Amino acid sequence: MKSTGEILKIKDLHIGFKINDEFYDAVDGVSLTLKRNEILAIVGESGCGKSTLATSIIGLHDPNSTRVYGEILYRNQNLLTLGEDQLNEIRGPEIGMIFQDPLSSLNPLMRIGDQIEEGLIYHTKQNAEERKNRVQELLQQVGIQNPERVARQFPHQLSGGMRQRVIIAIAIACKPKILIADEPTTALDVTIQAQILDLLLTLQHETGAGIILITHDLGVVAEVADRVAVMYAGEIIEEAPVKELFLHPKHPYTRSLFHSIPQMSSSSERLNVIQGIVPSLINLPREGCRFASRIPWIKAEAHEKNPQIHEVASEHFVRCTCYKEFHFKKERNS
Amino acid sequence: MSFMVIQDLKVHYPVRGGIFNQVVDTIRAVDGISMEFESGKAYGLVGESGCGKSTTGRAIIGLEKITSGRVIYEGVNVTNKRTKRKSSFNRDVQMIFQDAHSSLNPRKRVRDIIAEPIQNFLKLSLKEEERKISELLEIVGMPEDAKYKYPHEFSGGQKQRLGIARAIATNPKLIIADEPVSALDLSVQAQILNFMKDIQREFGLSYLFISHDLGVVKHMCDYISIMYKGRFVESGTKNDIYNNPQHIYTKRLLSAIPQVTPIGRERRKRERIKIENYYQEQYKNYFDENERVLDLIPISNTHHVAATLPMQKGGI
Repeated sequence: MKSTGEILKIKDLHIGFKINDEFYDAVDGVSLTLKRNEILAIVGESGCGKSTLATSIIGLHDPNSTRVYGEILYRNQNLLTLGEDQLNEIRGPEIGMIFQDPLSSLNPLMRIGDQIEEGLIYHTKQNAEERKNRVQELLQQVGIQNPERVARQFPHQLSGGMRQRVIIAIAIACKPKILIADEPTTALDVTIQAQILDLLLTLQHETGAGIILITHDLGVVAEVADRVAVMYAGEIIEEAPVKELFLHPKHPYTRSLFHSIPQMSSSSERLNVIQGIVPSLINLPREGCRFASRIPWIKAEAHEKNPQIHEVASEHFVRCTCYKEFHFKKERNS
Repeated sequence: MSFMVIQDLKVHYPVRGGIFNQVVDTIRAVDGISMEFESGKAYGLVGESGCGKSTTGRAIIGLEKITSGRVIYEGVNVTNKRTKRKSSFNRDVQMIFQDAHSSLNPRKRVRDIIAEPIQNFLKLSLKEEERKISELLEIVGMPEDAKYKYPHEFSGGQKQRLGIARAIATNPKLIIADEPVSALDLSVQAQILNFMKDIQREFGLSYLFISHDLGVVKHMCDYISIMYKGRFVESGTKNDIYNNPQHIYTKRLLSAIPQVTPIGRERRKRERIKIENYYQEQYKNYFDENERVLDLIPISNTHHVAATLPMQKGGI
């Protein structure tokens, strides 16, 4: 059943926010494709634009304060040109979304069962009886022990892990072809996180959906992703299949990140620190390699004037040529 | 030689209810833990949310009332004495909080925030105080002009460094760090952890490092204790815990940590599910009838594991 059809194609997407009457692009020329039956992870530190990218796919940005152009192609239509009514047709049965904070994305005044049913009312022609059964089935599918009781409960009566399961049940209720999971396990304990990730994998096997997984946790990426895109300052700076990326990271940013993980180095070693800070949206360098200011010991000629994307191995793409010259800075003896 | 000993520490919260608002139940947030602190060592306290690890830290420093048990600092009992004036405990034990932002007074300048412990515990002239503050800012790698700024002008990592500057102002012996890096990005986290190791080496500090992140704890700590429902499940050196875990809860926790390599993830997943199933099956054998963790028994000089009830089936 493993087929590799492309189901979502993002082309040169720009998303700008209005600050002092001017637009600044938080997502700056991103191109991505998602295939059926794969988990594409988008990683990056806070403020790199990964959540902005995800929410824009189902049109959740505020049209008054954002400027979006480019193409998000799903079934030969550009999602960016659709109106609210047409988008509502897509949200749910075609593209489902799992949010980070399970408590604030559930309605505190509605029973769990009713919240899951809501999508079914809008998107299916099932009658009340069928919907009830489907809700029970969904709750069972996401690993909730006694679905009948939970369906009657309110969100505050459930634990964090249970709430996240409910959120997943809502997202998969209408059997979407694409699931967007924005930091689905960040608020959870490791044991619960492992269960939720296993659940996502199982669901994917059953439905064959494509999943976009947004996370900052490289461990989670290594455990579940098929392909990884690394974002920095609004751009994708490296993209590769998961094994390739973890074994042969190329871009200086990716390599620096890997060296910052406590787990990977022994405790006598110092962790790598990326010099400087992520530039704010207004101060983003719009020309040249955006990572250049954080690796000043690499000579300027190593960077391209107009950083292009290079294919360094099969399906492994890196932005800018500075990866060729990159080496870690020698530790000063302090 | 340990400079601080914690004996059978308990923090219970009463649950009130009924018409007369009587105590109907107690929540045993911390339920009988013992620790010893040696200078220059880092101790990790690991557990899932709600296991009582933060309460332990807060109880030791005096932010939480201790129900029973004792905290003995350099031979003096300092339990529940908020103003522990008879010993230097208040000066020598400091704390770093998880949320750096809300632990800094937004209406005070950085200078005044850092000056507070200095004014409380060290009798310095104004000039010396000024010099000390500059020195501290330099240690945490902040520019001199940070003195006259307010907390909101700094990024998350910088605020955490200010919190550290305040904690080390009095040359403490022990710093209780409650999730000091969990709100920070990877590269900023690396910076703070490096820095905490540096000052540990420089000043011979001890840490009580409270975290749910087993990777960070492994990097920072010499001794690790795993906590569950207010009690220690297992406690030992880093090597004991990571390479020779004995208790099923520890094994389950370790197996759930995502590894930063995609190689062998299928095998890890199978292993994890196996341990999880075993845990669900054998749960009763590891905890008593009130789901309380059994008492610790030593299995080597450093390694202590909670007892288990006699097995019904073979182990893993």
